[in-house]
Amino acid sequence: MGWFKRLREGIQTTTEEKKEVPDGLWHKCIECSHTSTTKELIENFWCCSQCNHHFRIDSNTYFDIIFDKKPKLLFEHLEPIDMLGFVDLKPYKQRLLDTQKKTGLKDALSVGIGKVNDNTLIVACMDFKFIGGSMGSVVGEKIALAIDLAIKKKYPLLIISKTGGARMMESAFSLMQMAKTSAKLSQLGKAGLPYFSLMTDPTTGGVTASFAMLGDVNLAEPKALIGFAGPRVIKETIKRDLPEGFQTSEFLLEAGFLDVIVKRKDLKDTLSNLILFFKN
Amino acid sequence: MSNAQVFLEFEKPIEVLFEQLDKIKEVGKEGEIDISKSIIDIEDKIHKKRLEIYKNLTGWQRVQISRHPERPYTLYYVSKMCRQFQELHGDRYFKDDKAIVGGLAKLDDQTVMFIGHQKGTNTKMRQYRNFGMPNPEGYRKALRLMKLAEKFNIPVVTLIDTPGAYPGIEAEERGQAEAIARNLLEMAQLKVPILCYIIGEGASGGAIGIGLGDRVFMLENTWYSVISPESCSSILWHSWDYKEQAAEALKLTADHMYKFGLIDGVVPEPLGGAHHNPEETAKTLKAHIKKNLAELMKLSVDKRIKIRIDKYSAMGKTK
Repeated sequence: MGWFKRLREGIQTTTEEKKEVPDGLWHKCIECSHTSTTKELIENFWCCSQCNHHFRIDSNTYFDIIFDKKPKLLFEHLEPIDMLGFVDLKPYKQRLLDTQKKTGLKDALSVGIGKVNDNTLIVACMDFKFIGGSMGSVVGEKIALAIDLAIKKKYPLLIISKTGGARMMESAFSLMQMAKTSAKLSQLGKAGLPYFSLMTDPTTGGVTASFAMLGDVNLAEPKALIGFAGPRVIKETIKRDLPEGFQTSEFLLEAGFLDVIVKRKDLKDTLSNLILFFKN
Repeated sequence: MSNAQVFLEFEKPIEVLFEQLDKIKEVGKEGEIDISKSIIDIEDKIHKKRLEIYKNLTGWQRVQISRHPERPYTLYYVSKMCRQFQELHGDRYFKDDKAIVGGLAKLDDQTVMFIGHQKGTNTKMRQYRNFGMPNPEGYRKALRLMKLAEKFNIPVVTLIDTPGAYPGIEAEERGQAEAIARNLLEMAQLKVPILCYIIGEGASGGAIGIGLGDRVFMLENTWYSVISPESCSSILWHSWDYKEQAAEALKLTADHMYKFGLIDGVVPEPLGGAHHNPEETAKTLKAHIKKNLAELMKLSVDKRIKIRIDKYSAMGKTK
């Protein structure tokens, strides 16, 4: 016998709906469960005021945090196409349309140019909400164009990574973006222009194994997951549990692959300082 | 005729014919019946069957051939193609990775730096070679050897055959991603010619980590993709059972890759795959390398690097 009787039968709220909180009211921290209002979060750079957990944010929000005023968005004409006719549980073509409609984005990376404490910077920023921030042809091409512009105008470049890796639905085309972005970065380096890489939660796979790890300065947000293979794959391969804190920013800094872990509230000033250092 | 002992599942009809052939030979040993005609008949049937099967291979079947346990690996090709080979070990920082080998060899009169994945030929050696899955020190050894080649103006040839870079705790600690990324950056600007051949499996970052070059070719029965069909099935279909569909969807064969303009050509294999006649495959490969190196070495360094980077910059399709 149950302790209480269900009065109304047939309540069938889907899990998805249950999670939805009316937009812009309250946000619960997934680390410490502390609730904040949107206003509080914006004032705190989308970090939990209790535990400093960095919420996942989109490219627009990063642009708001970094630039002095709204940046000029570049290469917005580029859109993805399904050149393989890729179908898994859903056709890629449909997946693209649905995702574009849901996110209002054309693909998983936006490029903006603007001033950071009065210093010009080109910022290419990934959006995790667009198919897991995966790198396909559009991401690669936008980065390539951003690098061309940086070389032409002699501006420094920042790429903000937030991604599961390469986009499977573009198969080898996405794989080649690793070669393409790295080759373009080699040109930026030869032109003597600094490239800053900011890794945020999460940064894994083919993106980590190409442009994300190639910064003249490698930065990361606190406690971000950063790695080549995802934790689940590693666990299945080695058949044992992973050590505490494995593949976090802090782990990578100790292992020697990051220059600095930067809190989001310090990001803008850190970047403008770096730009000035390299101007020399 | 082939020496291959291991039949793949789609080669079952050929295996059945071989069994018939063995039976007839047994009968022939008794000496009462003339079996020579029957043998010729069956051998003819085997050849026809093989032609028929190999004419229309699916993506998944190519994947299976690329993983055939008798398929030749890097050290075999180098030993067959070159008179002398001096293997060079170690990344100078941590250790010598056994899944990537490299060294200097004479391809007729030309010194070449060969670098390639290496798999083992028996259970013990497969473990020793970590199944062809390199750790970061493998990629760093490869880079060290490329820089050595650059210093002495020696062209680089890489032979690619890996199920992927090793996904382990230590690999992450030592920067698997950084090692691969660094190679891509450095290979883009390397002053000497780089030729790359997919000779077996071309799995994602583990493959491209030694796979950025002036020209990239695939042997006929190999695959090159952003992810293995098995992992793709697991992630996109939420089950390991859709590897055949994934192999088709990924369009990972040499033919597809060439059609997409992502590789520069396809190197033919003997009927039944490279393992059916490894010596012939090595001969074909040698001629192919010599021809392409000769063409690449005519270009000036700056021109070669520009063409290389322009080629990769053009890869990708957008609206």
